[in-house]
Amino acid sequence: MNETKIQCDNLGHRYPNGVEAVKGVNVSISQGEVLSVVGQNGSGKTTLVKHFNGLLKPTDGKVMVGDLDASENPVGLLARQVGYVFQNPNHQMFASSIREELSFGLKNLGIDPEMIEVKVNNIADEFHLTEYLELNPYRLGFSLRKTVGMASIIAMEPNVLILDEPTTGQDFLGVKTIRDNINKLKSEGKTVIVVSHDMPLVAEETDRVLVMCDKELIFDGTPAKLFSNNAVLRKTNLKPPQISAFATDVGIAKADEAILSIEDALKAIK
Amino acid sequence: MSEIVIEIKDLKVQYPEMDTPALNGINLSVEKGEFVGILGAHGAGKTSLCLAINGIVPNMITADMYGSIVVAGEVPPKIPVRELAQKVGSVFDNPEFQMSQLSVFEEVALGLQNLGVDKDIILSNIGTALEMVGLKGFEERSPFEISGGQQQRLAMASALSMKPEILVLDEPTSNLDPIGKEEVFTVTRKINQEEGLTVIIAEHEVEVIAEYADKVVLLEHGEITKIGTPQEVFPELVNKQSETGVRVPQVTEFANSVPNKFQGVYPVTLSEAKESYIK
Repeated sequence: MNETKIQCDNLGHRYPNGVEAVKGVNVSISQGEVLSVVGQNGSGKTTLVKHFNGLLKPTDGKVMVGDLDASENPVGLLARQVGYVFQNPNHQMFASSIREELSFGLKNLGIDPEMIEVKVNNIADEFHLTEYLELNPYRLGFSLRKTVGMASIIAMEPNVLILDEPTTGQDFLGVKTIRDNINKLKSEGKTVIVVSHDMPLVAEETDRVLVMCDKELIFDGTPAKLFSNNAVLRKTNLKPPQISAFATDVGIAKADEAILSIEDALKAIK
Repeated sequence: MSEIVIEIKDLKVQYPEMDTPALNGINLSVEKGEFVGILGAHGAGKTSLCLAINGIVPNMITADMYGSIVVAGEVPPKIPVRELAQKVGSVFDNPEFQMSQLSVFEEVALGLQNLGVDKDIILSNIGTALEMVGLKGFEERSPFEISGGQQQRLAMASALSMKPEILVLDEPTSNLDPIGKEEVFTVTRKINQEEGLTVIIAEHEVEVIAEYADKVVLLEHGEITKIGTPQEVFPELVNKQSETGVRVPQVTEFANSVPNKFQGVYPVTLSEAKESYIK
């Protein structure tokens, strides 16, 4: 697999209505990293990640996606390397069957029909969608529609996947499926960028967290450092997972290294 | 004995396009002022139960219904949804879909105007409702230019302006950020504790349900399979999270792995866990 590094230098974005949503962001993301982007709504996190595949163009600074300058290349070209899975699956679904939905991106990539069929069958199998292939996407519940949205982007085999609020509105199994997918993508060497309010997901599945607050990147480090950094947590109103808060309060976590999972907590008291 | 405000017996709901019933033999009674959390996987029947209580099923969404349901002294299938809204307020998961007016004030006024309520009462009810949800001063703002948490509190104000006895909330925080979630939960608890409203809430945020609910109801495949206090129900679900589709609070799962560290008590909230933990 070739590699896609994402590099932002002094990235700024001001919307046409004059509202500045992101300013002065410097960040570099290597191939194979699994990271999350967190912050309250309106903090600039979605605006930031939309630059990673050209959905938005910088109004200040520079974004490189692999060898391509994001300002000078169309989203169609950047999207081959960086796939974006929307928060609301309805925003990316328009085909009349799941099969067509999963084929759409592949057709756009100019892949021949026989190969598309093979790929679609494989991806459907992987995501447990085979039995629904001929159904209209709207016959499926929200959770399954979200799975289809993710599968249709993964089918195109981009180097980098951006998942926007993947666990919103999901039940236990929906969340588990998404976590399994993230780990599978990680094991295949894909870069996974998760935009999320789901702190247990951030803590347990991602290795690095970017915290956006009032347009700026104010923290870039491990989840263990974030969830032990009271200044950043207070400023952004982010709450650590319950087990992290418990471990810190009863003194089984180190001062600057939060406990991230139940397994971690069990190890710490052994 | 406390007053019963919801009494459901052998309730079955069957949508015409589905093979199996959405609700199958539900028995539930809720006392006035109770805070009831409804838990369950997608498709377990949470939404159908909420919609049966506020009468949207079968009055607006067609379904065959069997058994009996009495809500605030009314039989929901027998009276128009709009009239029942004076006793049962409803809040859904997507606040934006509930907004239609140019200002926050008009948004809250809409339901009351449709009922033909006297102008002075409308004005006073709107004031009280906006006060309760902390949106006093927002009267002239556009419902589309406020935050998600504010929109959802506005939806609550619209429901509260009718002075209902019961508020039904179906995954009200699913589309909100952490600040928005907290705003909605805080207001929900306040109207329960200070105004005495009965609250029925379907929600995936189990940590909050564990802290606020008097009673939790677990739905599986359209049936109630567990009912009790959070302290009774969550510990029993620790090893059944995949099966039921319901997560348990992290501290409950942790305590289940090391019961001797918790004096045999199964905590369901952070403060309970901290109190019973043996250092």
